[in-house]
Amino acid sequence: MLKRLIATACATLTLGAAAATHAADLNGAGATFPAPVYAKWAEAYRAQSGIGLNYQAIGSGGGIKQIKAKTVDFGASDKPLKPEDLEAAGLMQFPTVVGGVVPVMNVPGLQAGQLKLTGSLLAQIYLGDIKKWNDPQIAAYNKGVNLPNLPITVVHRSDGSGTSFLFTSYLAMKSGVWQSKVGASDAVQWPTGLGGKGNDGVAAFVKQTLGSIGYVEYAYAKQNHMAYALMQNKDGKFVTPDANNFAAAAGHGDWSKAPGFYLLLLDQPGAASWPITGATFILVYKEQANPAAGASVLKFFDWAYKSGDPAAVALDYVALPLNVKTMVRKAWVSNVKGADGKPVYVSK
Amino acid sequence: MTTLSTDVVVRRPPKGAALDPFFKILCFTAATTLLAALTGIVVTLAVGGWPAFHKFGLNFFTNTNWNPVTEEFGAAGPIVGTLVTAIMALIFALPLAFGVAVFLVEFCPPILRRPIGIAVELLAGIPSIVYGMWGLFVFAPFFAQYIELPLMAAAPPGSIWETLTTGVPNGDNILTASIILAIMILPYMAAVLRELFLTVPVQLRESGYGMGSTTLEVITSITLPYVRRSAVGAVMLGLGRALGETMAVTFIIGNSHDLPKSLFGAGSTIASTIANEFNEATGEMHTASLIALGLVLFMITFAVLALARALLGADKHS
Repeated sequence: MLKRLIATACATLTLGAAAATHAADLNGAGATFPAPVYAKWAEAYRAQSGIGLNYQAIGSGGGIKQIKAKTVDFGASDKPLKPEDLEAAGLMQFPTVVGGVVPVMNVPGLQAGQLKLTGSLLAQIYLGDIKKWNDPQIAAYNKGVNLPNLPITVVHRSDGSGTSFLFTSYLAMKSGVWQSKVGASDAVQWPTGLGGKGNDGVAAFVKQTLGSIGYVEYAYAKQNHMAYALMQNKDGKFVTPDANNFAAAAGHGDWSKAPGFYLLLLDQPGAASWPITGATFILVYKEQANPAAGASVLKFFDWAYKSGDPAAVALDYVALPLNVKTMVRKAWVSNVKGADGKPVYVSK
Repeated sequence: MTTLSTDVVVRRPPKGAALDPFFKILCFTAATTLLAALTGIVVTLAVGGWPAFHKFGLNFFTNTNWNPVTEEFGAAGPIVGTLVTAIMALIFALPLAFGVAVFLVEFCPPILRRPIGIAVELLAGIPSIVYGMWGLFVFAPFFAQYIELPLMAAAPPGSIWETLTTGVPNGDNILTASIILAIMILPYMAAVLRELFLTVPVQLRESGYGMGSTTLEVITSITLPYVRRSAVGAVMLGLGRALGETMAVTFIIGNSHDLPKSLFGAGSTIASTIANEFNEATGEMHTASLIALGLVLFMITFAVLALARALLGADKHS
């Protein structure tokens, strides 16, 4: 019995060691929002190159912690690091895909796309200042829409999330009161409302509560056929949350003037731009202790830029505009270097 | 002659005796590893949470502001929420667990004893996340429509009833969280109570019946007094589990860091707060405060379990 136990233990250890020595695989950790597309890319890339990707969707905060602890080859975050933080940690970041945050609601008689909202209205609703759906301020933008005399129940994310970061950052841009009273972060002290865990938690609360409003990632709103609101963008137009309008916002983002690719795609100009849009980011070290591993990471994302767009679009993400990809490739050459000062990877 | 005597004195050791010292070391290592892990966890929690305790002091326990943006953390909401939901769960689960145990010991036809026993054990084996999903998608909507709305509508204005039932009628609140918790701790409490009832000597119970007592009288005058202290221990075990339950509660408690204001209001518990925020906590003080919360929960659970141990052990020695 004991002998068999020992034999099994030894066999397990050898297997484990064998897996560990197969070191060509990439290790990454971080944001949950892009995890499905990274998984899809990894699958296709493995079939082509034989190099696998082990991506742990542990959340953006976890991704930043892991790359700082150097336990992974790259970190992933929905919340870009500020240029000074990147500098301090010796990191470089670049965007991969773009997504949008969509206000969804459950109001009797209101179909998807019927309600028009502005950033300031949304802020007042989430502050608890606008309490009813037939509030004159909402009605002013929605002439001819039958708004019920129903209390508004605010639903927000209870877990820290990049979606909340984009949403609260947008509200802070559009409302001075929000900026001073609540602020912008992946978790805030919400003035009112219920907290649902994850996109599915928010969606379930909204579906179960008459008169509720929440916010979810676009893919979630689309796949669940939730009643979304139109938002007013910087040009004053009311736009639909869809892939074209996220792409419009991404295209208007002035990446060239954003050091370290620190750019929130919120409230971008352009007639079609969806106002609550954001990219998700990858973090790598500027000085690569192991240039081969560093090159392998960049090669993977270079491949994804070239051939990964259809997979991203199929999963309701928006691909980066071509000029942004070119900029990122240039940034790799000038930023990510080995100990010898040579770029670890040059895109062909 | 001499060869013969040595043959008599030297006895062959039993087969496999050489392995015994190794076995002993193996067991000793297992036991000490456990202790080391426990100590390690406490030390890690204390060190990780120290910045929060140091900065906020006693305010950490009394302040209700939990604001990651300004990095001001007061845990009164989650701490009170934890205690309230666990105690309410206990109040709901105790009579049921008692009923299940009494039925199994006193009334149950032998043919049903096994199926019911297995059902109770199965209930204990369902993962927490399943209770959470069931609570969120099935129980909460049902509760909102058939219990919450009628109760709210029937509340006389200005009464305590009305205060207790204010909230959003969607089934995600402190009361539903407590009910789900009650379902989760029920099997543990029922199983322990049943075992306890079986420890009552048959002679005692049979003599009760022989004196002409009814079953109710045997339960109240013989069984309960006999297991009284241990039963309190069983209850405490249930409480200990309710205190630390995480995912099921996170899904349906509504996750608001304010102090719970009514049965139908949103609240949070220590475990749900940690589950919600730890992944994405980047600020140092935020992480420290969450770890400090973990230590507080550890202390509460430890106190409850220690009490349970003391009470459970008391009967065996007396």
